[in-house]
Amino acid sequence: MPLTDSLRDEILASVPSLRAFAISLSGNGDRADDLVQETLLRALANIDSFQPGSNLPAWLFTILRNLFRSDYRKRRREVEDADGNYAKTLKSQPAQNAHLEFEEFRAALDKLPQDQREALILVGASGFSYEDAAGICGCAVGTIKSRVNRARSKLSALLYVESAEDFGPDDTVRAVIGGGGR
Amino acid sequence: MKDVKSQASKNTAPGKQGGLNAEIQARIGHQLRAMYDDVVRQGVPERFSELIRRLDDPQAGNPGDQNNGRD
Repeated sequence: MPLTDSLRDEILASVPSLRAFAISLSGNGDRADDLVQETLLRALANIDSFQPGSNLPAWLFTILRNLFRSDYRKRRREVEDADGNYAKTLKSQPAQNAHLEFEEFRAALDKLPQDQREALILVGASGFSYEDAAGICGCAVGTIKSRVNRARSKLSALLYVESAEDFGPDDTVRAVIGGGGR
Repeated sequence: MKDVKSQASKNTAPGKQGGLNAEIQARIGHQLRAMYDDVVRQGVPERFSELIRRLDDPQAGNPGDQNNGRD
């Protein structure tokens, strides 16, 4: 369909959540904004292929996700390096709990396999249904459900189980677990 | 009646997998949304509203007209 005013407004209204999705996926604000920009350019160039009445955010998220995937393949090494930097940040930081907890969460999220991370974000943060998330990722609904479940249990293992020693100092784990108690 | 809620938040022992797990899952959900909503609340940066305006209105799309030498 042609780019009507309302469609343009809807695309603009999707930008904040596209950015949030991009940052959650990439862990890097600059790269995320480049991804969003590329997504918007693709979307507008292919606006004729958008089906009126279908889910515009899901369509945009699909474009962004595919762009991220092809970009990610090129940058794998860089991502692994970023991962190492998070671990360093963790060890050098004093016990500023809220911030630490956030950094730690971010680092744990980055440790998830990509399939699981994107499924968890789409369902748990973007608020897409399992069906929409399956459409965005091009897989079966059951696959999305199992990825989300695996993502959740892996995150709890990384964040809250003491055996996750390579992830952070024991103090950190204890501080998070006992966060409300002291 | 037991005061389950305050018990759970005060004395969460790492060994107690059952109750701990529900609490952990809630916390993960909360952190995930907090991280995400933090970005959502930033709204639409100028960069993107301008991009769409330019693409939408080819008349205004000549970089020389609008960009004022910005690169």
